[in-house]
Amino acid sequence: MSRLAVPKTYKLYVGGTFPRSESGRVYEVVGASGDFLANVAKASRKDARDAVVAARSALSGWSKATGYNRGQVLYRIAELLEGRRAQFVAEIVSIEGVTVAAATAQVDEAIDRWIWYAGWADKYVQVAGNANAVSGPFFNLSVPEATGVVAIIAPQDSSLLGFVSAVAPALVAGNTVVVVASERLPLSAVSLSEVLATSDVPGGVVNILTGSPAEIAPWLASHADVNALDLVGAGDLDWVSLQIAAAETLMRVFPPENGPDAAAPSLERITAFTETKTVWHTKSLL
Amino acid sequence: MSFLEYAPAPESTALLNLQSEYGLFINGEFTAGSDPTFSTISPATEKHIATIASASTGDVDAAVAAARAAYDSTWSRLSGRDRGKYLFRIARLVQERARELAVAESLDNGKPIKESRDVDVPLVAAWFFYYAGWADKLDHAGLGANPRALGVAAQVIPWNFPLLMLAWKIAPALAAGNTVVLKPAETTPLTALLFAEIVQQAGLPAGVVNIITGAGATGRALVNHPDVNKVAFTGSTSVGREIARSLAGTPKKLTLELGGKGANIVFDDAPIDQAVEGIVRGIFFNQGHVCCAGSRLLVQENIHDEVVERLKVRMATLRVGDPLDKNTDVGAINSAEQLQRIRELSDIGDAEGAERWSPACELPSDGFWFAPTIFTNVATSSRIARDEIFGPVLSILTFRTPAEAIAKANNTPYGLSAGIWSDKGSKILAVADKLRAGVIWANTFNQFDPASPFGGYKESGYGREGGKQGLTAYLAPAAKATAAARIAPAVKAVSAAKAKSASAAKGGKK
Amino acid sequence: MSIDRIVSTASRAIEVVGGDLTESSLKRYLNGIPGVDAVGLEARAADLGSRSIKTTSKAWALDTIISLIDLTTLEGADTPGKVRSLVSKGLTPDATDPSCPRVAAVCVYGDMVPYAVEALGAFHGDSVDGGINVAAVATAFPSGRASLSVKLADTADAVAAGADEIDMVIDRGAFLSGRYGQVFDEIVAVREACRRADGSSAHLKVILETGELNTYDNVRRASWLAILAGADFIKTSTGKVAPAATLPVTVLMLEVVRDWYRLTGEKIGVKPAGGIRASKDAIKYVVAVAETAGEEWLQPHLFRFGASSLLNDVLLQRQKLSSGHYSGPDYVTID
Repeated sequence: MSRLAVPKTYKLYVGGTFPRSESGRVYEVVGASGDFLANVAKASRKDARDAVVAARSALSGWSKATGYNRGQVLYRIAELLEGRRAQFVAEIVSIEGVTVAAATAQVDEAIDRWIWYAGWADKYVQVAGNANAVSGPFFNLSVPEATGVVAIIAPQDSSLLGFVSAVAPALVAGNTVVVVASERLPLSAVSLSEVLATSDVPGGVVNILTGSPAEIAPWLASHADVNALDLVGAGDLDWVSLQIAAAETLMRVFPPENGPDAAAPSLERITAFTETKTVWHTKSLL
Repeated sequence: MSFLEYAPAPESTALLNLQSEYGLFINGEFTAGSDPTFSTISPATEKHIATIASASTGDVDAAVAAARAAYDSTWSRLSGRDRGKYLFRIARLVQERARELAVAESLDNGKPIKESRDVDVPLVAAWFFYYAGWADKLDHAGLGANPRALGVAAQVIPWNFPLLMLAWKIAPALAAGNTVVLKPAETTPLTALLFAEIVQQAGLPAGVVNIITGAGATGRALVNHPDVNKVAFTGSTSVGREIARSLAGTPKKLTLELGGKGANIVFDDAPIDQAVEGIVRGIFFNQGHVCCAGSRLLVQENIHDEVVERLKVRMATLRVGDPLDKNTDVGAINSAEQLQRIRELSDIGDAEGAERWSPACELPSDGFWFAPTIFTNVATSSRIARDEIFGPVLSILTFRTPAEAIAKANNTPYGLSAGIWSDKGSKILAVADKLRAGVIWANTFNQFDPASPFGGYKESGYGREGGKQGLTAYLAPAAKATAAARIAPAVKAVSAAKAKSASAAKGGKK
Repeated sequence: MSIDRIVSTASRAIEVVGGDLTESSLKRYLNGIPGVDAVGLEARAADLGSRSIKTTSKAWALDTIISLIDLTTLEGADTPGKVRSLVSKGLTPDATDPSCPRVAAVCVYGDMVPYAVEALGAFHGDSVDGGINVAAVATAFPSGRASLSVKLADTADAVAAGADEIDMVIDRGAFLSGRYGQVFDEIVAVREACRRADGSSAHLKVILETGELNTYDNVRRASWLAILAGADFIKTSTGKVAPAATLPVTVLMLEVVRDWYRLTGEKIGVKPAGGIRASKDAIKYVVAVAETAGEEWLQPHLFRFGASSLLNDVLLQRQKLSSGHYSGPDYVTID
């Protein structure tokens, strides 16, 4: 007789802890064939608020860590993902209804992409920054640095790869994120939060909300303490209204992307969440 | 008579050869505007300078159409090398006509001739020289091989550095291969129109540069024009916000240079005399009409009294008056409206219990004037410590430790500029690291250079002008053609959302 | 010499630095003075230099410059005849214009003092009395490389011969090697040597030789050191080392005397010397004085130009202003 399985409770991930939604709400997530998979926490506006607070308080430590350090921490996540490949593959198969081979390909690409981004942490400044030859006795240097708290609507058609593709680049420069997972395919995101919790990423650097992007996104878009809004997975929402709301505080907004190439790996995705700071200093022998 | 009451040293206006009336510069020619004309005046005397055309929605259409046609038929087909040569020509023409441009700028804007002559106009030429050289080197801009221009750029600029802001906008746009429609501020259109003459002298293909004058409605029509690919705006945060809203859901690329409330941090180990000079340059340069002005002085508590005393002595030597006098340090406030705002905010400072001080100085009876002013005993919660005054008014606050200085400096929705004064290099670099501002001046202030990126964090806007970053603001990677196709269509309620955002803010000031 | 020996008592220094005046307390005090940012200082000087001085202001400035000149000859080839000629030029700079002011002083080597005094005759005296002073360089000028006793004898000699002002040099070697106490003591000793039998004293100008001090921080420290030790004037240069006087250095020294005045209520003079040849440049210094220390510094007791060829250029400009057309070098006399 087969062993009776122990199902997992899928919770939010905020400030390094796993709360249920303060609203007490859950929603039913079903597999590709319509079978019940889990009751996933349905985040409320207050959960979003708490997540922004957690992200803000983690920002100074994460953004001021050395690039080398951030790179190692991010690489460590890939190591832990590698150890849990089977779990992610099984979840993707059950929820997306794809073959094991396809699910494995997705997980492998997600891990490899994470490593690709991890390697940028101590290099993007060199590539995107510059020394400026000004016509005067000044030392002048431009460097990109983290924009701050980034709210992300993760791609909705991908369990793990889309999520990783949206979150990893924002972390490279030292931003902290509040990410709304795919509403239909949230299991990998929650499992990833368990990886994050056991990795070296400080609590609050990544905060993961599950639930309805349509419900949560407006609160994030209008939140004055959010610095940037990545609408990469918001194509099916009224994202123009979100962009309009974000304009109130001149939030940096990046538009939705559709298709299999959404959030393709690029340096541009890293620098999109940076601000160029230019420092002048007088320079003289006397 | 005191020697310090220097005898008048007026710059001659003889080399100005102004028209009595200026039309819109569209497709290489001056044409009459369809809306009623307006007068541009000298803020120092309130005297009429010239009659200026006002562009209607139809005129905006015509200007954008000219820019589009020029983009399609000539400019986008021209080699980078030839685009560069045109820009070099413009740079030289600006140098040749430098004095004339400086006089016109001071006349129309009210800024001291020594600033328009020694800062604004030389920087204008430098900006064109710098970007001219980029035009045939776009492969090295950091976007990969064969980056492409965006198309037609709509550019709206403020009244505080009229010609310099024009250069910041037009030089990189043309170098990258875009064509432009630019609207100067309503109160300072003159040098943009003289620049149109320079464009003609340079033989630039018709329609590559179009200059349309008018008020906020003209600017609004321009940035919202459906055939525009790029919008660049420098001005107030409220107008910037309105533009960001109205561009939501469109594929237009947007750069915003908005307001600021820059902290100028003076530590007790600062080179004190240079710090005092830097405070003066930070807030009284250009009458404080500077988005990156050091309008909040954060001085370490143990040297507060000494710094204030030295600052007062120094301020007593500032000469306020005729912008065209070569010895004037502080000129006229640009408009009656701006003067009103400065007065209102200063009165609020009084009401909130701050102590106001200005040196004894006689202000002319005609024109718009405000004496250089400092407020001590300013609370961080005070309006004059938080709102951008955009005038020669300094709010002085204190701090005790570097950590407190950083916290107070960052405690603002703005994030454009900051200054740090200390003889200790390590401290300067650490503080610079923690300040949330796009431009940080250590032991100097208000320095500008075409090679140096400029722009803000947070509500000071986004995007950078100057340097390589300023160039890429007008470019897209070759591969971006597919990325652009990837961008999802705005599926819902675009027009409804637009209607919601149509609340009109007043235009034109930075 | 022990590092912490007591340096000579000088009332100014005791008052400002504190009673326990030692090499180390002096060093602590001087090192505690705020630093100078060279770029900012030079920008400020350039800004002052861009003032446009026209018409009546220019006329006043030109006359003021003449009245502030230490008309100088410091050549190995100096002779009594050359000094007499210098004196006569100083008394009557423009033979065609009796309204032209006299210079403040003539400045010569110590052995030339008797000839200068003799040539001046009744005109030997302070500018407030319509006279011209005699200034002598001393203390093994320009290098200062001699024993203290030689420097003191050099000084006493010149004073005894009738010098009203002594332009001494500091020991730059001692300063640069950090022996501030030694520099201080020498200045105090030279000041003593300036004393005349009747108890009065020749005025002491202390030459820092800023071109050898190299940094603005050093210039500022040396300025304070000289004033603490009793200088009546601080002077930039001997004129034998390049760079000699520059506008930024002079602005910096003016800031020091302004700060000293603020601290003590006492006014110290400043003398840029060497390299100022054109009226246009001299006017920049006049502006710098007025806007930095204040207009009250524009008098011979508080500001001097150490110069020789400057005078004729000022005269040419002066003639242009009064006649309305440009003059030429044949219309001013070569002294």
